[in-house]
Amino acid sequence: MTPPSVQSGPFLSVRDLQVRFATEDGVVRAVDGLSFDLRRGQTLGIVGESGSGKSVTSLAVLGMHDRSRTTVTGRVTFDGTELIDATEKQLQSLRGNRIAMIFQDPLTALSPYYTIGAQIAETYRRHTGASRSAARARAVDLLGRVGIAAPGRRADDYPHEFSGGMRQRAMIAMSLVCDPDLLIADEPTTALDVTVQAQILDLLGDLQREFDTAIILITHDLGVVANTAHEVLVMYAGRAVEHGATQQVLTRPRHPYTEGLLRSVPRLHSDVDEPLVPIPGSPPSLLAVPAGCPFHPRCAHRERVPGDDCVTRRPALAEVGHAAACHLPEEPREVLAQQHLQP
Amino acid sequence: MPEHHTAPLLEVAGLHKHFPIRGGLLTRRTGAVRAVDGVDFSIEAGRSLGLVGESGCGKSTTGRLVARLLEPTGGAVRYRGEDIAHASRRELAPVRAEIQMIFQDPYSSLNPRQTVGTIVGAPLAIRRTGTASARRARVRELLATVGLNPEHYNRFPHEFSGGQRQRIGIARALALEPKLIVADEPVSALDVSIQAQIVNLLQQVQRDLGIAFLFIAHDLAIVRHFSHRVAVMYLGRIVELADRAELYGDPRHPYTKALLSAVPEPDLGTGDGEAQGRNRIRLSGDVPTPVDPPSGCRFRTRCPSAQAICGTTEPPLLPVPTATGQHLVACHFAEPLPAAA
Repeated sequence: MTPPSVQSGPFLSVRDLQVRFATEDGVVRAVDGLSFDLRRGQTLGIVGESGSGKSVTSLAVLGMHDRSRTTVTGRVTFDGTELIDATEKQLQSLRGNRIAMIFQDPLTALSPYYTIGAQIAETYRRHTGASRSAARARAVDLLGRVGIAAPGRRADDYPHEFSGGMRQRAMIAMSLVCDPDLLIADEPTTALDVTVQAQILDLLGDLQREFDTAIILITHDLGVVANTAHEVLVMYAGRAVEHGATQQVLTRPRHPYTEGLLRSVPRLHSDVDEPLVPIPGSPPSLLAVPAGCPFHPRCAHRERVPGDDCVTRRPALAEVGHAAACHLPEEPREVLAQQHLQP
Repeated sequence: MPEHHTAPLLEVAGLHKHFPIRGGLLTRRTGAVRAVDGVDFSIEAGRSLGLVGESGCGKSTTGRLVARLLEPTGGAVRYRGEDIAHASRRELAPVRAEIQMIFQDPYSSLNPRQTVGTIVGAPLAIRRTGTASARRARVRELLATVGLNPEHYNRFPHEFSGGQRQRIGIARALALEPKLIVADEPVSALDVSIQAQIVNLLQQVQRDLGIAFLFIAHDLAIVRHFSHRVAVMYLGRIVELADRAELYGDPRHPYTKALLSAVPEPDLGTGDGEAQGRNRIRLSGDVPTPVDPPSGCRFRTRCPSAQAICGTTEPPLLPVPTATGQHLVACHFAEPLPAAA
C-alpha cells in the first residue's frame, strides 16, 4: 500500500512563511512563521477557523496574493524551484499545470460565458499545446473520470446548467487536466452536501493513489482531515500551533486549542446528556493578536504554566515530529493527551 | 396513529409548498418547484424535533411554513389545534408572538443601523408591551439570559463577533416568551469553536423556559445532540422519523443509512489517511430536481437497493416495529407492521 516515493525527500518545502497585508487599520500578519514539508503521494491537512491564515497560505504559495498590498517572506521550494521570488511568468507556467488549485466556490473559478468542456480544454491547450480535438477528448475523458454522467454531452453545458456538486466535480476535472504534481484544495467540499462530499473525497483519494499527487487540503472540518490527511497542521491566528501525523494529532492532541476543537464537536455516538464543551471566547482579530501565546485568553490550562510565559513569550513549534507550540511542560501535556475524551 | 390525550403543540398534516415557475408568452405558469410535497409531523410542548436533509430537500421551506413566513399551497399547520395555514395577518398576530424564528446568518438578520437594545426590544415595542423603561429592563434581562453584557445595550451589531450576533438573534426570539422556536441552521455559519457555545445556549433556553424547537440543520451530529426526535427529509418529503436513539442507532431508510455513513468523524482507528473501517454506503449522482421528482419513491434513482415497485408506487410514511417508541419509515423494504397490528 505504501508508495515508494514516501521514502523520498520533501517535494514541497515551506520555511518561515510570513504574509503581511497593509490595511487602513494597520498591518495584518495573516501568516506568521509557517514551516512544513510535503512529500509526493501525501496529504497535508491544514485546519483552522476563519482568520487563522489557512487560505492565505495557499494563495501565497501560488503567488496569487495582491502584490501591491502584500509582503511575503520566507522560502517556498517546489521540486527544487524557489517560488517566493519567482516571476509571474514562471508561476503562470506552474499554475494549472504542475500545481493546481480547487476552491470552495466553483462559480468563482468557472467562467459563466464558456461551456464546461471549452474551459477544461483551454487549460489543457495552454499548457500542452495540444490540438483542439485532442484537448476536447481530454476534457470529456476527465469529466467522465470525476463522475459526470454522459460527459460527451455535458461538456457542452454552461456552468449554470450544472448542479453544485457537478460544478465542483467539473472544477476538479479542470484542476486535474494537466496531471498536477501538487494539488491545493481550499475547503473543496464545504459547500457540498455530505453524500456528495464523500464522493469528492473518495475521488481525490483515488487520483492521489493513481498519480502520486501531493495534496494540501485546507479545511475547518476535523472529520474531513481524519478521513483524508496523512499529516495535520493546526493554525490559530496566523500561526501553526500543532503539527504531526493525523493519528497522533487527533487522538493525542498536545495543544489546548486542538484539544478544545476536538472536545467541542459532537459525534454521532457521543453521550447526548452531556453538554458540549465549547472553547470560551472567539478567535482574535489579526489586527490585535494577543501577545505571548495567541490562544492564552481562551486557554483552559493557562494556570498550569508557572509565571507569565503564556502572556509574554510566544511558544515555538518544533519542526520535527508531533509538536505543539505551547508553554505547558511536557508532562502535563502528556496527561492531557491521555485524558482526551473517548469517542 | 393513536390519539394523544394531550394535543401536540404543533401538528403539520399534508403540508405542501409549490413555487410556480413562470415563463414563455404572457408569463404563463409552466411548472412548479415542489419544495415541500406532503409533509406530516408534530411537536409536543417543550420538546424538540430535528429536521435534517441535504440542500434543496425542503427543510428550510418547511420551517418558514411553520412560522408562517410563507403560506402553504396545501395542507394544514395546526398550532394549539387551530389551523393557521391560511390565517390572515390579523388572525396570525397572537400566534406570531408564540412562534419565533432564529436564522442562519447572524450578519444579515440584524439591522446594522440599530443598536442591540433596539433590535432585541423591537418585538416588545411593536406590541407596546409595558412602559419604555420596563421594556429596557426586559431587554437587559434578555441580554443577560443569552450571555451578553447588558451594558452593551447601545452597541451596534458590527461591534460583536459572529457568535455574539447569534446570541443577539436568540435574545430577540425570546423577547415575547415564545412557545415554539424554528431555528434554521442556527450554528452552521459560525466557527467550529463557537458552535458548541450556541448549541449549549439553545439547549439551556429550551430546558429553562420549556420552549419547543423545530431545529433545522444539515449537521447530523449536532441535530442528534439537540433533538428529542429527528425527521429526515429528501426531495420535499419526510422519509424517516423516529426518536433520536432509534434513528441514529437503527436507521431503516436507505437514505438515512447513506447519510449517516457519509459523515466524516474525527475519531480515528488507523490514522494512515485511509478511509475508516466503517461500512460506507456511497450514493452516486446528485439529488434530482424538485421540479420533476422521480416517479414512485423519490430516492430510487440513487438507492442502492431499488426494485421495480419503487418506480411505480410511492411508499407512504408508515410505522415499523422497533424496540422503543414510534419509528416511521417511507420505504417498501423497511418491514412495515402487519395491517392487523
